[in-house]
Amino acid sequence: MAAYLFHRLLQSALILLGVSLITFFLLYALPADPVRQIAGRSATAQTVENIRQQLGLDQPFVVQYWRYLSGLVQGDMGRSYLQKSQVSELIAARLPASLLLMAGAIVFELVLGLTMGVVAALRRGSATDQTLMIASFVGVSAPQFVVGLLLLYVFAVQLGWFPIGGYGTFSHLVLPAATMGILGSGWYSRMMRSSMIEVLRQDYIRTARAKGLARYRVILRHALPNAILPIIAMIGIDVGIFMGGIVVVESVFGWPGIGQLAWQAIQRIDIPIIMGVTLVSACAIVMGNLLADLVTPFIDPRIRLR
Amino acid sequence: MTKASAAEANVVPTPPTALARLARRKMALVGIALIAIAFGGAVFAPWLTPYTPNDQMFDGLTLEGAPMGPSGTFVLGTDLLGRDLLTRILYGARTSLLIGVVANGIALIIGTVFGVTAGYFRGWIGGILMRFTDLMMAFPALLLAITLAAIFQPSLWIVVMVIATVNWVQTARVLYTETTSLAEREFIAAERTLGASNLRILFRHILPHLVPTIIVWGTLGISTTVLLEATLSYLGIGVQPPTPSWGNIIFENQTYFQAAPWLVFFPGGAILILALAFNLVGDALRDVLDPTQRGSE
Repeated sequence: MAAYLFHRLLQSALILLGVSLITFFLLYALPADPVRQIAGRSATAQTVENIRQQLGLDQPFVVQYWRYLSGLVQGDMGRSYLQKSQVSELIAARLPASLLLMAGAIVFELVLGLTMGVVAALRRGSATDQTLMIASFVGVSAPQFVVGLLLLYVFAVQLGWFPIGGYGTFSHLVLPAATMGILGSGWYSRMMRSSMIEVLRQDYIRTARAKGLARYRVILRHALPNAILPIIAMIGIDVGIFMGGIVVVESVFGWPGIGQLAWQAIQRIDIPIIMGVTLVSACAIVMGNLLADLVTPFIDPRIRLR
Repeated sequence: MTKASAAEANVVPTPPTALARLARRKMALVGIALIAIAFGGAVFAPWLTPYTPNDQMFDGLTLEGAPMGPSGTFVLGTDLLGRDLLTRILYGARTSLLIGVVANGIALIIGTVFGVTAGYFRGWIGGILMRFTDLMMAFPALLLAITLAAIFQPSLWIVVMVIATVNWVQTARVLYTETTSLAEREFIAAERTLGASNLRILFRHILPHLVPTIIVWGTLGISTTVLLEATLSYLGIGVQPPTPSWGNIIFENQTYFQAAPWLVFFPGGAILILALAFNLVGDALRDVLDPTQRGSE
């Protein structure tokens, strides 16, 4: 176990190193010039050159990357070009909002997705089952910004149940979390359905029924816990999907998380912030996958880590 | 019993072809129909609508200069500039389908080359290719796509390249797994003993076995591509107006969407339906073509 963990952590570190190298190279090779953005349109050639030297952007790629990397291992993600503060501080200030959104989305998608999946599995082949499975397809096919705008229009503009945007209270969280979660609930409902069908086929379920237990008791106490466990491991993998949606959903709802931070930075070519958010997201994805793999043998002892 | 019918009776019924099995699935047929409608709308757009997509019509705006809701003259209403929305959606289908098919085609080729090469050759080539694939898996794909699209001068072909760059990873991984297990089968070993070259084995024996998987992932991938293009265009870094794309119609009109929700929901609905159609067909194809991955029906 310890050897496995060490191996995986080393692998994760290497992957993150690769992500940083590729992102840094892409941003280095990009056709747009960040210095022009900082200096403004009216800046003289001399000013532009000065800024370039100050930021070390006149150095060759290897030197620039080495500087960034040696800062990074000491916890220094550099300074924002335009916001005059440390990237790590900017991200730390925005991260709680994004994590809250993620938590809300996970709760939403699990509650909706698992319920849909269980109901569909229990009524397998019925019209309810088919309707639910079509609904799950619609969920995974819907562009998040359209879902967001639709929820916004119906529940905030028309019904006035929730605020139109912003951050602070629970009611601010509902619509963005639902927007985020609808996509995931589509996947979860399909996985939950097949997991449940698989479990209901097992001998111990028949035994439980045969010894005279009530149907609902068999389902709730014997089938459900076993069917849910493999789905729980998927939450780790879900992080990647979540990190993808964050930019769009946060900008639709004006949610002050790292997605908005990234989007503003991308528009202004604020390279240190883009690097920072990409690395934080990649880190979350790698950790999520690792967590999913680590949890699996606890859920299903037949699976062993190699 | 005549001779002919006796002969017929002895014939073992051939199993239905994949196409016939596909045709038995209602959802797949719905998906195919929806895709056909989208293609039809895109191809025949000039004949389906009396307007052109960039025609800013005088009578397309109210007296106050606001966009008009759906009516007899403008079936889906008009946008902020007085252009007919249905016309823009029809022409927008060209953009969505073009990008969906081309970008996904390129991604599919990259994914196949990576997956098959890594799976067949293993060793250090395979190791390097798969580590690179792992690395791409750790990238937040949409964030990478947004960064790339924003940095380059946005154009249709940049969007295609960006989508292809981020969308091949899944295909590569699936094909890698399949190729490794195929490469260990006896008939491949037999071919090798007979002195067949690697190229011959790859093209004559490995690739044909992968075709079903490639078709399935190719179809599902179009759905992802359509959504990705719409998202980039919605953010204003995809296909640039005045060329209509479903995403940029929403981008252009979203400031006005509380007063004119149709400007968001008609193109939004179009994106959803097209993505849904490819998902339905892809899912049915997976059941039909790939018995090992058959979902519980």
